[in-house]
Amino acid sequence: MEAINKFNGIVCPLNRVNVDTDQIIPKQFLKRIERQGFGQFLFHHWRFDDEGNKREDFVMNQMQYENAEILVAGENFGCGSSREHAPWALLDYGFRVVIAPSFADIFYNNCVKNGILAIRLTEEEVNGIMEKAQEPGYRLFINLKDQDITDRKGFTAEFDIDPYWKEMLLNGWDEIAVTLNLDEDIRSYEQKIGSGI
Amino acid sequence: MAPKTIIEKIWEQHIVHREEGKPDLLYIDLHLVHEVTSPQAFEGLRMNNRKVRRPDLTYATMDHNVPTINRHIINDPISKKQMTTLEQNCKEFGIELADINHPDQGIVHVIGPELGLTQPGKTIVCGDSHTSTHGAFGALSFGIGTSEVEHVLATQTLWQSRPKTLQIKVTGKLGFGVTAKDLILAVIAKYGVNAGTGYIMEYTGEAIRELSMEERMTVCNMSIEAGARAGLISPDEKTVEYLRGRRYAPQGEEFEKAAERWLALATDEGAEYDLTLEIAGEDIEPQVTWGTNPSMGSGISASVPNPEQFERQADRESVSRALDYMDLQAGTKLEDIPVDYVFIGSCTNSRLSDLRAAAEVAKGRQVQEGITAIVVPGSQTVKQAAEAEGLDKIFTEAGFEWRESGCSMCLAMNDDIVPSGKRCASTSNRNFEGRQGNGSKTHLVSPPMAAAAAVTGKFTDVRKLAKVHQ
Repeated sequence: MEAINKFNGIVCPLNRVNVDTDQIIPKQFLKRIERQGFGQFLFHHWRFDDEGNKREDFVMNQMQYENAEILVAGENFGCGSSREHAPWALLDYGFRVVIAPSFADIFYNNCVKNGILAIRLTEEEVNGIMEKAQEPGYRLFINLKDQDITDRKGFTAEFDIDPYWKEMLLNGWDEIAVTLNLDEDIRSYEQKIGSGI
Repeated sequence: MAPKTIIEKIWEQHIVHREEGKPDLLYIDLHLVHEVTSPQAFEGLRMNNRKVRRPDLTYATMDHNVPTINRHIINDPISKKQMTTLEQNCKEFGIELADINHPDQGIVHVIGPELGLTQPGKTIVCGDSHTSTHGAFGALSFGIGTSEVEHVLATQTLWQSRPKTLQIKVTGKLGFGVTAKDLILAVIAKYGVNAGTGYIMEYTGEAIRELSMEERMTVCNMSIEAGARAGLISPDEKTVEYLRGRRYAPQGEEFEKAAERWLALATDEGAEYDLTLEIAGEDIEPQVTWGTNPSMGSGISASVPNPEQFERQADRESVSRALDYMDLQAGTKLEDIPVDYVFIGSCTNSRLSDLRAAAEVAKGRQVQEGITAIVVPGSQTVKQAAEAEGLDKIFTEAGFEWRESGCSMCLAMNDDIVPSGKRCASTSNRNFEGRQGNGSKTHLVSPPMAAAAAVTGKFTDVRKLAKVHQ
């Protein structure tokens, strides 16, 4: 995965709570056997009507958010299915950062593994960002190393992140390679417990 | 020694590596694999020239995409490709596979327990959020993403931050006509879809202990719908008896030794949880969801709520959006909502006891005209057992379609799709927008409630039907 530290981008406000991964990427698009190419299907039924025309009233279809790279949403974002196609679609579409008051556990893990920075802020902070993001070109500036977010208007917030995940994201590490370095530990555990299924 | 929960006991037994400031590296005892979330993981292994560390701890099947009629004609070439890809991957990496023609084929969370692969105290993962099902046996089981699937294939471990523990205590007894499905839907309706986020849940209390193993699977299955990656129930004699003689369970003397270890895993008297939530079993009615997430539901005697009665603005907005999508008016009685489709199946409710309960309601009655009702057994084994006792006949005589095993209309990745605008009474686990087909409207219910909807044409309190029947 690609490392991430300082990042700034246009903010797209998706003012909905409990956004599930069935909405982020509907099931009919889960049949590919690659990791790439899912961006075109992101929020498919919210972005397009049954004839495949863009729904003008959906926030991501508005011109001012066309180049957005930071998605801000309501609580419990990414709930439901464990499909990693959801973060793959977000990343492929161009979102590198997702901000919400809370995330579903599996989705959060899936983001980290793909170099997407999922940031938890308070509901109040998120609501404030949603409001400011109505203005075209509204940007947030994120510094993972310092764990802070700012805008050009004096907004500043700090965020928490597990130090291990932070290290992974900052370095863009291949987690499997990290774990395989602990092969001796795994082997001695296996010796201790013995046989298979 | 301080009293411990089963969650803490299993966790501590599986730590491969612990280091300050890092999650724990946990050993994984069983990795279940299916066709949809695994191809990219195998591809990752190939790209990096890595092997599957423990093919002997890995077991694969096909369930999400498989047709439930005309088994050998897979119309969708992309679905077919996912299945052949799994076949090739299992062959290349030496993994046992129950493919579409295999007598053990079925929904991954149905066959794991059926084969005895699922056992108390195991850590079990699968690239599927309903892996929580296996928690019914006192296993620590949770859904993972594809990157984690690749990680487990390569290392047989996972980095996991120690979660908090949440006790869901269900006191008293369930009433007549109230099932395990109603129990878990009521818990989610009461506490919400993110009550369990960041927690592992343990279900306790008299109502839980009374449940059969299959009913416990229904409860644990939907832990993820309350936000918890894993939900489990301490093993007891029922757990042991269910596993006795199963193919992959220990046999003979080994089994008795294992049973002793399993029973010792149960949460100790006086162990503490980070949080406890309670619900009274006798207060639970048969449930029906009216909205677009599993917490948007009520007892059958209720009406569709008014969005204005919700305290938080975010809830008012999402309920209003949900009612719009579901094409429902506030104040409509749930019993007045007609249905077009009925689906009995899914990893939540497709086991033999589910089919028996639905058949009891269907017996001697007829599916109302204009309703498509399908019954999809969870596995080939369930299908055969059901046929052996004539359940298939009861269903087909009543006008239900009797299908082959798979995930089917729960997520409509195969041809079993609810058409746009149609309303479905479904025994599955998610009523998200478009889940059963673009524009479909899903209401989650128990198997008897689904059968009752099929034969009356609308949601009906199954307790009334049952009385007529007697």
